[in-house]
Parts: sequence; structure tokens; C-alpha cells
Amino acid sequence: MYEFLRDLDRRVIFSLMALAVAVPILLQITPPEKATPIVRDAFETIEALEEGDRVYMAFDFDPASAGELQPMATAFVRHACEKKLKIYFTALWPVGPQFIKNAERDVISRDFPEMVYGEDYVDLGFKTGNEGVIKLVANDLRTQYPQDARGTPIDDIPMMAGVASIRDFDVIMNVSAGYPGTKEWVQYAVASAPDDIKLVAGCTGVQAPLLYPYYPQQMSGLLAAIKGAAEYESLVLGKYGRENEPGMYQEGLRRMAPQLSGHILMVGLIFVGNLVYFMARKRGEA
Amino acid sequence: MMKRTIPMLLAMAAGIVMILAYFFPPLTPLQDKTTVWFNILAAVAFILGGGNLLKVHLKKVSDRREGWAYSMITLAAFVGVLAIGLFKIGVNPLDEFPDQRMAGDFRAEGSGFWYVYEYVFAPLTATIFSMLAFYVASAAFRAFRAKNLEAILLLGTAFVILLGRTAAGVFLTDFLPEEGMLANFRLENLTVWIMNNPVTAGNRAIMIGIALGTASVSLKILLGVDRSYLGGGD
Repeated sequence: MYEFLRDLDRRVIFSLMALAVAVPILLQITPPEKATPIVRDAFETIEALEEGDRVYMAFDFDPASAGELQPMATAFVRHACEKKLKIYFTALWPVGPQFIKNAERDVISRDFPEMVYGEDYVDLGFKTGNEGVIKLVANDLRTQYPQDARGTPIDDIPMMAGVASIRDFDVIMNVSAGYPGTKEWVQYAVASAPDDIKLVAGCTGVQAPLLYPYYPQQMSGLLAAIKGAAEYESLVLGKYGRENEPGMYQEGLRRMAPQLSGHILMVGLIFVGNLVYFMARKRGEA
Repeated sequence: MMKRTIPMLLAMAAGIVMILAYFFPPLTPLQDKTTVWFNILAAVAFILGGGNLLKVHLKKVSDRREGWAYSMITLAAFVGVLAIGLFKIGVNPLDEFPDQRMAGDFRAEGSGFWYVYEYVFAPLTATIFSMLAFYVASAAFRAFRAKNLEAILLLGTAFVILLGRTAAGVFLTDFLPEEGMLANFRLENLTVWIMNNPVTAGNRAIMIGIALGTASVSLKILLGVDRSYLGGGD
């Protein structure tokens, strides 16, 4: 047994991981989720807004992180639509606009067809410049965005009336996979007017420890990784329904089952790996 | 002079404007102007980056250096996707301008660029990222050893976080009460505590260190002591 475990082929481990992820997906298991305070605060921040309030929705991620971040982006958009907020989409990552298109197609056009482009939501598109863009919109959004992603001058867009800078938004909702992302939104937007600007964010698991220090002072709430997305989804589902409609509004919840089995496998592997290590030490091989 | 002194003076002036505007609000318009210039430079850097990518890979192909075939693939992908986007291949015209194909959105569903993104780029990047799970599992089995006290602490924390971030955490410590002192030992609460306290404290220390380092490097650049960003090695 010792020799078998010591010489365990990595392909066995790969196969175990593949099974650990695939089986819960195929069986469509959805474990229950209970929201942690940091996610509940993000939810409550949006809940506290009134109909017609403005949210600045920044999608700063790419397809590599979409597995973790797409469910929270969808949940954010759905929540904002349910609350009848005015949504201003932007992206600091070159592939971000594709996720804006997806949100428009999958959430707004499908479930909120009454929303009108230019009056209820607008796509301001991608801008290069990283934190330079944030720094500028903190003072002067109209210089940075003279037109929307469709080429319409912003003066001709009804919902842009009265919007001069980031201070004119009630909340920034950021979904971030790294640089530029949530950290830059805190440092360059929130820091410019801490009392006027609220930020809720969703981020990848590896980013989360770097962002915890900003909560709750500079950041009203944070959705960390797929668990954060699942918790937020459970809150949105609890409040606005559609529990019986499987699909994108429960993607985060569905992905918690493969995460559960994957994590248990990791714990098991670490345990067995250490068992082998101590046996090797006892035999004088380590 | 043109290659080093003027860029250095421009960088110094821009940096000083950004700092002064923070303390003297009347300088904010100048600060915004500087930021606009920065954003324009960043956009131009995209073109420079594309040119540099072409130069490096064309050279590699022309010299037939090891791995030149990969460079060919890179070049083909770069030029192909650029052409699809720039010439709006497969783009559907807008309803308002049915005979003007170039007026259509190059990212809209059904366009050539959309197909490349949806069926090539997105699956490829997601696949590469997903493979991390397999390598992390293998590495955890072979390298995560309880060799000393620090490693044991790390292992214990990893176990709590790995289990606490899933329903397993709730299930394993469900026997503990939801209220009172013992509730703190429920895995899901222990996870939150670890993230909110030791992790946050450690990260704050790192962030303060980075901030001090950044301030120090910025000062060196502003005063012209550090010129490494100009290239040339000094």
C-alpha cells in the first residue's frame, strides 16, 4: 500500500479530480447556501437603493475567470433590473464588452424586455488606460466617455443627463478578475470621495484576501469567488423568486457542488500525501 | 537629449501635477488633462504592442529559431482576428442602415468576431484556467507536507478554508450551537474569522509596505534619480 501511494501516478490524481468535478455536475446536486455578512452587506447596499437610482456596472474580467465571475455578474445585473435601477455598463478589460453584451442578451432582453436602451441602461464600452480611466471618471466622466459603445454621443442619451462624474452614481458594482479591477476602483474612485461613493464588488478567490482589508470602510460588500456568487444568488432568489427556473440565475449555486467535492478531494490528497511522508520518514526514506 | 531628458522631464512634470492637484483642488483640471494624455498614451501603447509582437515573432520565424512554428500560429491568430475585427467580417448591418455593413457592431451576435470570441477564445482561455485544478491537486498531494510548525499551521488553515468555503463546513460542525461562544468554532464562522483577522492583518501589513515602496520609487522617479523606466539600463 505504501509503495502504491508513494508512486501514485499523477494521472490517477487528475482522473480523481475529473470525477470529483463531473459527478456532481451530472447529478445536478445543489447544496444550500447561507449568506455570510460580507455578501449580505453587498445585497443590502443594492436593496437600499430606490427605483431610478444609478449604478455604475464595471465588468473587468475575461473568459478565463468567467467560471467564477459570470454568475455574480448575472446576479448583479438581475438584482439591478429587479430594483429598476439605471445601469451604466463599462469595462476596463478589452474582452469585458462581450460580457456586457451577454448581460444585455441573457438578462435584460430575455427577462426585462420593458427596459429601454438609453433610458434604463447604457453600454459605455471599453476604455484603455486602466486606473487612468478610473481617475478621470472620478472627476469628469463626460471627457472619458464622449459617446457610448454604439457611437451615440452621450448628450443624446437621456439617462446620461445630470451625470458628470462617478459621484453622480449611487453605487459602483464591480466584477473583477485582477488588474485593473476592484483594488483600483477603491484606490482611485472611492478614495477620491469616500463619503459620496459606495462600492460593492465581486472577485476571484485568489483576489479576495487582498480585498478584505477594504471592507467595510471603502467597500460596502464583497462576493468572493463562486461561493460569494452562490450566496448572493440565494439572497436574490429568496427575495425575487424564479427558484424553479434552472439556469443562469442559479449557476453559482450549481457550481458549489463540484467545488465541495473538489475541496474534499484536495483535503483527502493532502492527508494521504502527509501519511506517505510520515511513513517514509519512519522508514528513513525522507 | 530627445530620447532621455525630454521624456524624463515630461514624466516629472506629470507626476508633480498629480501630487500637487491632490493638495490644491484648483489644479484638478490640469490633473484631468494629464490623465487624458495618459489614457491616449495607453491607447497608442496598444498599437506599439501589436507592432512589437509582429516584430518579435516575424524575426523568430525568419531565423527559424526553436519554436518558430508557434510563432507562426501566433502571427496567424493575431492577423486573422485583427482583420475580422477591423474589416467587420460577417457583421450584420444595423436596422437603420441596411445597406451599410460597416455601420454594424463588430461584437454583435453572429458576427465573425463574435464567433471567434465565443467558440475559440472563450473556450481556450477557460480550458487553460480549468487545468489549474488538476495541477493544484497533484501539487497538494506531493508538496504540502507538515514538515515544521509553520507548515502545520498552514495546513490547518488550508483545511479550515477548504472545508469552510463549502457546505461541508456546515455539515461537519453542525453539532455546535449557532449562537454563543462555541458558534465561533463552526467551520463556516472560523473561515470568516480567518479571512477577517489574520488574513486581513497580514494583507494590511503587505499593503502598507507596498505603499511605502511605491512612494519611495515614485519620489526617485520624480527627482530623476531612477531612470530605469526610460530603458537603457541606468
